[in-house]
Amino acid sequence: AMLDPDSGLSLTIARIVQRLKGSSLHSQLERQARVSLRKPEIKLESLKEDLKDFLKTSGWEKKLQNAVYSELNVFPSPCHPAAPPEHMKEPLAYMRKAQGSWEKRILKSLNSMCTELSIPLAQKRPVNEQKELLNKWNEMGTDEPDLSLFRPVYAPKDFLEVLMNLRNPNYENGEQPSFRNHLGLIQVPLKVKDIPELKEDFSELGLNIGQMGIDDSAQVPPEFFENEHVRVGQKVLAEQDSAAAQQYVRQGCPTALRADLWALILNISNQPEDILYYEQLKSNVIQHDLLVDKLIYKDVKLTASNDDYYFVFEDYLYQVLLCFSRDTSVLEHFTYSSATPPKSYIQGKLGMEEYAVFYPPNGVIPFHGFSMYVAPLCFLYHEPSKLYQIFREMYVRFFFRLHSISSHPSGIVSLCLLFETLLQSHLPQLFYHLREIGAQPLRISFKWMVRAFSGYLATDQLLLLWDRILGYNSLEILAVLAAAVFAFRAVNLMEVTSLAAAEAVLADLSTLKVMPLLQIFLFATV
Amino acid sequence: RIMAGKVKWVTDIEKSVLINNFEKRGWIQVAESEDWNFYWMSVQTIRNVFSVETGYRLSDDQIVNHFPNHYELTRKDLMVKNIKRYRKELEKEGSPLAEKDENGKYIYLDFVPVTFMLPADYNLFVEEFRKNPSSTWIMKPCGKAQGKGIFLINKLSQIKKWSRDSKTSSFVTQSSKEAYVISLYINNPLLIGGKKFDLRLYVLVSTYRPLRCYMYKLGFCRFCTVKYTPSTSELDNMFVHLTNVAIQKHGDDYNHIHGGKWTVSNLRLYLESTRGKEVTNKLFDEIHWIIVQSLKAVAPVMNNDKHCFECYGYDIIIDDKLKPWLIEVNASPSLTSSTANDRILKYNLINDTLNIAVPNGEIPDCKWNKSPPKEVLGNYEVLYDEEMAQSDGPDRDLRSRSGQSTGVKGNRARDLGKPVLTTWK
Repeated sequence: AMLDPDSGLSLTIARIVQRLKGSSLHSQLERQARVSLRKPEIKLESLKEDLKDFLKTSGWEKKLQNAVYSELNVFPSPCHPAAPPEHMKEPLAYMRKAQGSWEKRILKSLNSMCTELSIPLAQKRPVNEQKELLNKWNEMGTDEPDLSLFRPVYAPKDFLEVLMNLRNPNYENGEQPSFRNHLGLIQVPLKVKDIPELKEDFSELGLNIGQMGIDDSAQVPPEFFENEHVRVGQKVLAEQDSAAAQQYVRQGCPTALRADLWALILNISNQPEDILYYEQLKSNVIQHDLLVDKLIYKDVKLTASNDDYYFVFEDYLYQVLLCFSRDTSVLEHFTYSSATPPKSYIQGKLGMEEYAVFYPPNGVIPFHGFSMYVAPLCFLYHEPSKLYQIFREMYVRFFFRLHSISSHPSGIVSLCLLFETLLQSHLPQLFYHLREIGAQPLRISFKWMVRAFSGYLATDQLLLLWDRILGYNSLEILAVLAAAVFAFRAVNLMEVTSLAAAEAVLADLSTLKVMPLLQIFLFATV
Repeated sequence: RIMAGKVKWVTDIEKSVLINNFEKRGWIQVAESEDWNFYWMSVQTIRNVFSVETGYRLSDDQIVNHFPNHYELTRKDLMVKNIKRYRKELEKEGSPLAEKDENGKYIYLDFVPVTFMLPADYNLFVEEFRKNPSSTWIMKPCGKAQGKGIFLINKLSQIKKWSRDSKTSSFVTQSSKEAYVISLYINNPLLIGGKKFDLRLYVLVSTYRPLRCYMYKLGFCRFCTVKYTPSTSELDNMFVHLTNVAIQKHGDDYNHIHGGKWTVSNLRLYLESTRGKEVTNKLFDEIHWIIVQSLKAVAPVMNNDKHCFECYGYDIIIDDKLKPWLIEVNASPSLTSSTANDRILKYNLINDTLNIAVPNGEIPDCKWNKSPPKEVLGNYEVLYDEEMAQSDGPDRDLRSRSGQSTGVKGNRARDLGKPVLTTWK
């Protein structure tokens, strides 16, 4: 039975009201309303109307709008009222099953590392160690714990193997594989967009529309686009309108306005209670040692510490990620993620639900490269609690989709399929050639997409790309960019004869300019 | 002569970034005793070449990479002396550049931390020290490089032996080898990621009178591997305070992939994103300004020998108010590469330098006008061209410094190779 639009809308409203009730915004609104009662313009006869007007003029209505907008962005539209909660996580049963198996594998790997090394998953830190860590909080990078025995729980290529083996049991592909069928690594029939649809969705990236990343270059006089764009950006910030900001950043952010625009879109205001919350997480880190901490250290040391752009921020990465692991508010995102947080049991109480805890407390086990989600944000935010909140919000809105198995259009499976389909449809000769020489394109582009290109592009280009992720509230642009990169280097790729040679052609993306690549691929390719 | 048309080169600095550049131009290596056209010398050699005793005469087709008395700029004590003299001269002339604020500090020319020569100015130093007894000062030997012999002090007792009256003073005051400069230590440096850094910028001077200088666009930031802390207990930890790569390389955390270095464009991106575009533009304009002023300060005393050009390494520290400070100028910036990126940068630096100093890679004629076409600049951009500035009219006032050239467009035009900064007097 079709869900009629009215009941869909009232379901959404009910859900949003329920989520915002009891939030700090709610109590602030109540407080503001109460305080305003003393104002002369609030009259008893027209109390409701006067209050509404007051909240509007004082900017509080706008804050409420932004919060509602944020909820709409993050949560999917409700399914049928009769649908079970797992459908909000993932409607397709076979995907849920695959995600479940993957999670079991990860947990098994983590537990066996635990047993092998005889290290508990979590333990309280002795007092002298607590003191030491507190002193070293701002320079944990100088610590050199022995991490040689720890290995990342998994790397992107392990995850790709799992995705390659995904099959829909209800889909009988009886045809012989031919050049008409999908010849890529992903063999599940998800719906992905084609270029005409992408052109429509990403219409603001069109050739005749000004872009940061193209029209702000040295050769273009700023009067043509940049000055006006900056002016509009300042206006959007002055109005504090999330929806307007989201629309605005589709054309990219001026560098000086980006930090504030992203915070506005993500609805992060760094209130005192947010700072307090961060400090609370910090004290959790001081008091308890988690096994995942070692994984985080190892990851940072292997990736960000060696990166030309991000090595400077190594210490900030620990300060963010160690707190992140302990943040139980992150558990909320599992209602709309296909993933389920791993459960662990207090020693000796295996299987007893009263003694079950989520492990790590935020339910997210980091993998190799995870710290690269945080690193680019350090160029924008230098206050730890704000940096933390921005990252957390980016994770629960976007990044979680890059390492969980789901049918969501922004999920990694769809992105892989979108990439392969775009390449196969528009560069069939290249695709076929690469496949013939054993260099399936996805094998190369997968790691780019899983990391949202962090660590592969120059930072200024990466930030222009992430502008569009926020602007379109979608990760599909990652697949489009990956295809555009292949298109750009097609001539060289046609000449290679091995996977290694193809990797070499695509090893260095640091000189690429993303916006021209995207524009040409979407709007100027015949 | 068989290879009549090819440039004959000599060097006493065995670095691949140099030699590869000479060879790629098809130049021929010769010995010092032979007829050479181009000699990339160490600073010791230049001293000999131009010393009164040897009476070396360079011919018109010979070029060297140092000015004879470069030390007026590159010795820490002489640099400070020349800048102080320059300021006093401007003040005497009544120039608006020498304007002071209500505390007696130069508004536009206060870019070198308070510095004294030791032991010559010991008493003056003590007077200054006592005004701020909790301040930290940095002692640097005048004649050494790469961070050698540098130490920090925060108590007078630590430098007692430089006192002129000291009975324990064991050295001759005239000896330039044991002379030190003592400068107020910038203890509020701008920190990024909690780390201290300094800027290394390359500046090419082809002539001092008229002054023509170029700035290399690809400078870099050198980060300390250990967290910066102003605490007194860390004063002895050179890894925290000194950013010289030669010192950092021996710290535990030195990384051979990035070498603790950031490009200047990363710095700009970070500052624009976290502080805004106007203050960032202002910072970079101020950096250009202080470099040009330092060159103007020494220009009158420089032996503007037409056989010479020089590529300097400028060390600049930015404080947390985004004010740049000139720490020192190096005549022989290191050509050693600590990372792969470094090697590429230095190779390109030498390449672009040679393209400007030795036009078309052909046998030079030192009488040429030293005005290369803008196509050969490569990664250099014109920093200041006195000839062009003067032809723009003598009545440019000081306001143009903070007007046009600091506008949003200011940096853009520089990218186009236009000498935007020549509007300064």
